[in-house]
Amino acid sequence: MPEAIPSTEAYLMLSGTLFAVGLIGVIIRRNMITVLMAIELMMNAVNINLVAFSHRFASLEGQVFTIFVITVAAGEAAVGLAIIIQLYRLKSSINVDEASELNG
Amino acid sequence: MNAAFLVFFVVGTIAVASSILVVAMRNPVHSALFLLLTFLCVAILFVVKDAEFVAAVQVLVYAGGIMVLFLFVVMLINVRHLPDDRTLSRFWKGGVGVGLAIFLLLATVVRTGTYHEQNPNKKLLRSTASHRVRKVTNPDGSVTRKRVVRHRTVGNSEAVGMALYQDYLVPFEVASLFLLVAMIGAIVIGKRELSAPEEETSPDFILKRMETEKDVKEAMSA
Repeated sequence: MPEAIPSTEAYLMLSGTLFAVGLIGVIIRRNMITVLMAIELMMNAVNINLVAFSHRFASLEGQVFTIFVITVAAGEAAVGLAIIIQLYRLKSSINVDEASELNG
Repeated sequence: MNAAFLVFFVVGTIAVASSILVVAMRNPVHSALFLLLTFLCVAILFVVKDAEFVAAVQVLVYAGGIMVLFLFVVMLINVRHLPDDRTLSRFWKGGVGVGLAIFLLLATVVRTGTYHEQNPNKKLLRSTASHRVRKVTNPDGSVTRKRVVRHRTVGNSEAVGMALYQDYLVPFEVASLFLLVAMIGAIVIGKRELSAPEEETSPDFILKRMETEKDVKEAMSA
């Protein structure tokens, strides 16, 4: 008998929890760096989903997609942090509410 | 209760707790360190699900690369913390409400689903398929070409690598192009205006140091 491992459902619940925590972080925090960290948290939750289903269907596609998601997360972090640095030079603040120039 | 379940519950609990702390901590450095802990826990969870290569990439790219980037920026920006400064946005109640609603939605969808949990063939997650065309002589003498698929059991890393380079070659190259564009974009956005005069672009402490040096030189020559 093969060794039993945690079910897909347990992984999906964990991933949903992480996603909700990340979403709350994106909405309620005012520090832009923390907001970016919360976005990374949400991407990680999606990765857990993909890996869990990859195991469930015994197919490698989920793992390949996870690698692409990690790639996108890396690029997004780099560009986002560059934007944060430039905004800090402009306004001497990394508060999300300060960046409201485009707000009609 | 075997070892895998124990690992899942302990590591999953740590992951959720530290992710909450990422959102709750005031200091961005603490947030970054708890985010690192979350990433490492998630990597362990990947290993439990037989995704060793993805776990390694997670540790290398997230815990190694992205976290260093975050910490660099946190140190570079060095925001002063005023004690009465609000950490939370003014609609934080609504934010928590939306988050809880999304969680309830996801939980409902997950709980009501049927998964037909079987014992998945673990070999498929660590095997590569190679195609080969073989000439087959039919009983009536004619020769036809037949495509033969051979599955070979290798490691998970090799299987993912072969999938990346065989079936997903174009997306892989597009990802490299994406990284190039992101790199150029980050450099262009992050650089100072090179043509602008020095006083406008240099940070305050460098200007102050230059002034001090000038004063010292004048005092020395006097």
